[in-house]
Amino acid sequence: MELITNIGLNHFLTISALLFGFGLFAVMTRKNAIVILMGVELILNAANINFLAFSKFNGGMEGVMFSLFVIVLAAAEAAIALAIVINIYKIFRSVDVSSIDTMKE
Amino acid sequence: MFELPSGAEIQSIIATLKTGVGFFIPEIYLSVLFMLLIVIDLMVKGRKNNLLSAVTALGLAGAFYFIYQQHLLEAGEIFFGMYVLDEFALFFKYFFVLSGILAVLVSVADDQLNRQVRSIGEYYALIVAMVIGMIMMASSADLLMMFLSMELVGLTAYVLTGYLKNDPRSAEGALKYLVYGAVSSGLMVYGFSLIYGLTAETNIMKISAELALHGYDPLVMMLASLLILAGFGYKIGAVPFHFWSPDVYEGAPTPVTAYLSVGSKAAGFAVLMRFFYVAIPHGGEPFQDIAGMDWLSLLIVISIASMIYGNVVALWQKNVKRLLAYSSIAHAGYALLGIIAMDELGTQATLFYLLGYLLMNIGAFYVVILISNRTGSENLEDYRGLGRKMPLAGAALTVFLISLVGLPPTIGFIGKLMIFSALLAKGSVFIWLALIGVLTSVISLYYYMLIPLNMYLRESQQPDEGKEATGMVHQIGIAVLMILTIYFGLFFKPLLDFAKISSSMLGMTIY
Repeated sequence: MELITNIGLNHFLTISALLFGFGLFAVMTRKNAIVILMGVELILNAANINFLAFSKFNGGMEGVMFSLFVIVLAAAEAAIALAIVINIYKIFRSVDVSSIDTMKE
Repeated sequence: MFELPSGAEIQSIIATLKTGVGFFIPEIYLSVLFMLLIVIDLMVKGRKNNLLSAVTALGLAGAFYFIYQQHLLEAGEIFFGMYVLDEFALFFKYFFVLSGILAVLVSVADDQLNRQVRSIGEYYALIVAMVIGMIMMASSADLLMMFLSMELVGLTAYVLTGYLKNDPRSAEGALKYLVYGAVSSGLMVYGFSLIYGLTAETNIMKISAELALHGYDPLVMMLASLLILAGFGYKIGAVPFHFWSPDVYEGAPTPVTAYLSVGSKAAGFAVLMRFFYVAIPHGGEPFQDIAGMDWLSLLIVISIASMIYGNVVALWQKNVKRLLAYSSIAHAGYALLGIIAMDELGTQATLFYLLGYLLMNIGAFYVVILISNRTGSENLEDYRGLGRKMPLAGAALTVFLISLVGLPPTIGFIGKLMIFSALLAKGSVFIWLALIGVLTSVISLYYYMLIPLNMYLRESQQPDEGKEATGMVHQIGIAVLMILTIYFGLFFKPLLDFAKISSSMLGMTIY
């Protein structure tokens, strides 16, 4: 019972490991570029949860700072990623990464 | 939970920042240059490409002065341990500014870029931004700073790769670069979070002390190492994190390919070396500690795989840019050998190798650009008979390729010699690694020499189109690079000494 009522470090780590797994799964199996980028967001947020949990239980503010920067960079990356994906859509009329494969030996 | 700092504390923080600024002048100068380029571009509305490129090249050259001034400063940490200034960082500052200048030079040479892009816009500003990011990568001593600077390099590189907006190959290259880059940086951040969990520190020197003092869970450490190596390995383009590189190298505008292949790769090596040497505890003796051993064995596997894969797959390539992409994977493997040696000689060898790679690879891409200006193609078949039509370019390309193989009397030979002798100096443990290196170099001889073979010994099918000759500036440019490649192959002592001085890193524990 205590395991359920007292939320400890392991709970956070389990959630973040699950999120990381889902993110990696999305990246590896999906074909749509947008969904792959969503998987990347999941991975980044899994790392954020880790940082915040460790920061809370180990003490120190570095983890909080790190997760703030990760959030900001995720936004910047999303902006550039969507610009590139829109350009891909204009040229190929599709955002399916398996069909965008013109360069092969 | 956290109290607000008192007035005195804030004063001391401000004082620390003020002293830090004195150590940060080249970066500030380059940032000002970056903003200046954007403003100039807005004023001339992208019509005066020559003005922009001249300002960029001269501005970057001006940065040498500020970097030179830093030799007078004492090595140390600044900005609360986020950033360091040491000989190692200074070496890479020179290196990246030089690669930026060469990138501007090859960008001016490329007709495709200047024809397809109506307004060159922020292209040159992005090149400067990438120089800043790479310099920060080489100087960062904190996981946060490493992540931020790697993202700065990555984001600018994605945009530069996709700069030819209407070219499907360029757009496809950008998408692949972006997807692999985003995933690997996500994996790396997750690895950083595990390291932070183990040590409660983000500064790499403190991490090292903490790991050595309190120990760690080997399983978690292994996982974190793998994830972090995914991030670094992606930047250096080593197997098995290489999937992006052939497509990106082929799709990107050729000047960007040249820049990525030396700049971003060397930046990856800089951050990998700093992390591996400083943050991972190596015990009293090298090869003793488990974490150091884990990293070492991972690096050995990556290096062997890169050398074999890069050189073997390159044999079947028909596109010269793609061929050079595979060759750059192989070169990442060779440069890793110097890190594996884990001593001063090995570091020196890797630094020298990267310098040599800068000269010969940019040179090779420079000639590829000039040839594609004339023929409009990068296919090996279209190189037939070019040796007679473009004598200087042909001779220069041959020299660069000989240097890439690692034959004397070129800088590539000295680089490989240094790497292998650093391995052999460790005794008999690494002889087999050096043997693999030599054997794969022999394989590389075949595909590199296909290019001169086509240029000199095979006749062209098409009649001479009689297009306009290459500009004088670019003739001089490739001639200078060619002469430097041979010159430093014969008189390598100054560069070697420079690399030796530069192999000292702040907070290093292994030698």
